[in-house]
Amino acid sequence: MTPAPTADLRKLIARHRLVEQVFTIVGLLALLVGLMVLLGLFLQLAVTGAPRLTAEFFTSFPSRIAEKAGILSAWVGSLLVMLVTACTAIPLGVAAGVYLEEYAPKNWLTAMIEINVMNLAGVPSIIYGLLALGLFVYQFGFGQSILSAGLTLALLILPIVIVATREALRAVPGSIREAAYALGATRWQMVSQHIAPYSAGGILTGVIIGLSRAIGETAPIITIGALTFIAFLPTPPVTGEFPFLSFQWLQDPFTVMPIQMFNWTSRPEEAFQLNAAAAGVVLLVMTLAMNALAIWLRYRIRRTIKW
Amino acid sequence: MVELATILDDMPVGEPATATLKAEARHLNFHYGAFHALKDISLPVYDHSITALIGPSGCGKSTFLRCFNRMHDLYPGNRYQGEIVLYPDNVDILNPSVDPIEVRMRVSMVFQKPNPFPKSIFENVAYGLKVRGITRRDLVEAKVEQALHSAALWNEVKDRLHELAGNLSGGQQQRLCIARALAIDPELILFDEPTSALDPIATASIEELMLSLKEQVAILIVTHNMQQAARVSDHTAFLYLGKVIEFNDTRKIFTMPDMKQTEDYITGRFG
Repeated sequence: MTPAPTADLRKLIARHRLVEQVFTIVGLLALLVGLMVLLGLFLQLAVTGAPRLTAEFFTSFPSRIAEKAGILSAWVGSLLVMLVTACTAIPLGVAAGVYLEEYAPKNWLTAMIEINVMNLAGVPSIIYGLLALGLFVYQFGFGQSILSAGLTLALLILPIVIVATREALRAVPGSIREAAYALGATRWQMVSQHIAPYSAGGILTGVIIGLSRAIGETAPIITIGALTFIAFLPTPPVTGEFPFLSFQWLQDPFTVMPIQMFNWTSRPEEAFQLNAAAAGVVLLVMTLAMNALAIWLRYRIRRTIKW
Repeated sequence: MVELATILDDMPVGEPATATLKAEARHLNFHYGAFHALKDISLPVYDHSITALIGPSGCGKSTFLRCFNRMHDLYPGNRYQGEIVLYPDNVDILNPSVDPIEVRMRVSMVFQKPNPFPKSIFENVAYGLKVRGITRRDLVEAKVEQALHSAALWNEVKDRLHELAGNLSGGQQQRLCIARALAIDPELILFDEPTSALDPIATASIEELMLSLKEQVAILIVTHNMQQAARVSDHTAFLYLGKVIEFNDTRKIFTMPDMKQTEDYITGRFG
């Protein structure tokens, strides 16, 4: 039986405590370094771009005169490209993820596929651009269009969506699967009525994080030949005559936010740098808003689930 | 009632505890935020004996147990009032000036579900020693072996001390956790429903183990299983809605409880 703690033991505990305090400080500093640098960058961008952040900036086409130039064609282009990307990457990615996790037999082939999907997430985006240039632009003849760009970015984020889906599904305890099976559910009923809804928060988060990565991508879009100066909008998707919907816009040339920024930063005139900063702020806010949405959705959905 | 009485008859009649106090709760109140979980609890814990806490779910028995090693300090919004005095040095372990780490070095705990670290059997038992700054290899090895002997696990694991603890069966894992708790020579061990995740055979071996550990330490155990309380404990406290309804020798509690509520609970009329 040990007696009550001795002075030696107290000293030892004090030493352990000291280590803990040192780490607390180091950890706090590490956090601050990261945060401060990011905040500094953002603030600098915001301060530089602030004078150009007017309503006209959002409603004007690019122009040779810096003060008149705006991001209308860029943000419309970005939105339409994102629409194509989302419509392609979400169904493909989620379905592939569900199949891999819940349906595919676990053998060396699926293991290989699994590893390669993970690897694909790390492939440099310009490689996707090259692939898309050969496949979508020339082989399929989609041209340098919104469709090509949307599909390229969809390919780019597909691995992210697949991995996020699989991880979200895996987080559902096996006992829930057994509970559904034990009541006579088929695998599809189990997945569609239980596992998928319960993991929707995680899947959505992955999807949105993928999209917010895609919205900032520049290299693959340049590779497939997006224009840097566009003074018109794509064909509107809604028309006055039957059938009221038009898909002509898919084939229109376009530009996107990061390309517009890139164009402006490469101009010699100082005034265009302000435009670039302002566009940067808009792009950052778009990305942050998407991430915030992801966090909020995850919080909302997870709050109702407990196991 | 009949069944419990039979169990008690089979038990060796221990000499009425020679009543050395190991710890004592005095007017202990505990709040989780706004919820008043423990109401004015005063209870002795005798050395070299087993004290069982019984009562229906939510009566506060686990909450009470976790006061003894200041486990509640880990979460915000928890508040203690009153004292838990640890003998022989008469220190109030709930006093804010007392270091909870020191308390945990004297009072160890075994949890409801076996929770071995995902490390080797040896490292699991040795971890408490490491935290205490005991690093001399021969000393550590001797301590680990001794703890595993005390936990009746040595013969089963002596040839695979460096295998992962997770490969052991549930009952073995729980005995490993007991060995881990024993290695630091605690003065009091807290058991929080230690057998509720185990099968009857593993349960029997843990109970046997607890009886043998009485020689070395004081034991405080929370159990849902009344037969278990009757089988292993020397003293029993019946808690209900955060209060101690009755505390007495186990034999007395299970044969002639003073309080109607205790009798109702023991005979299965509620809870």
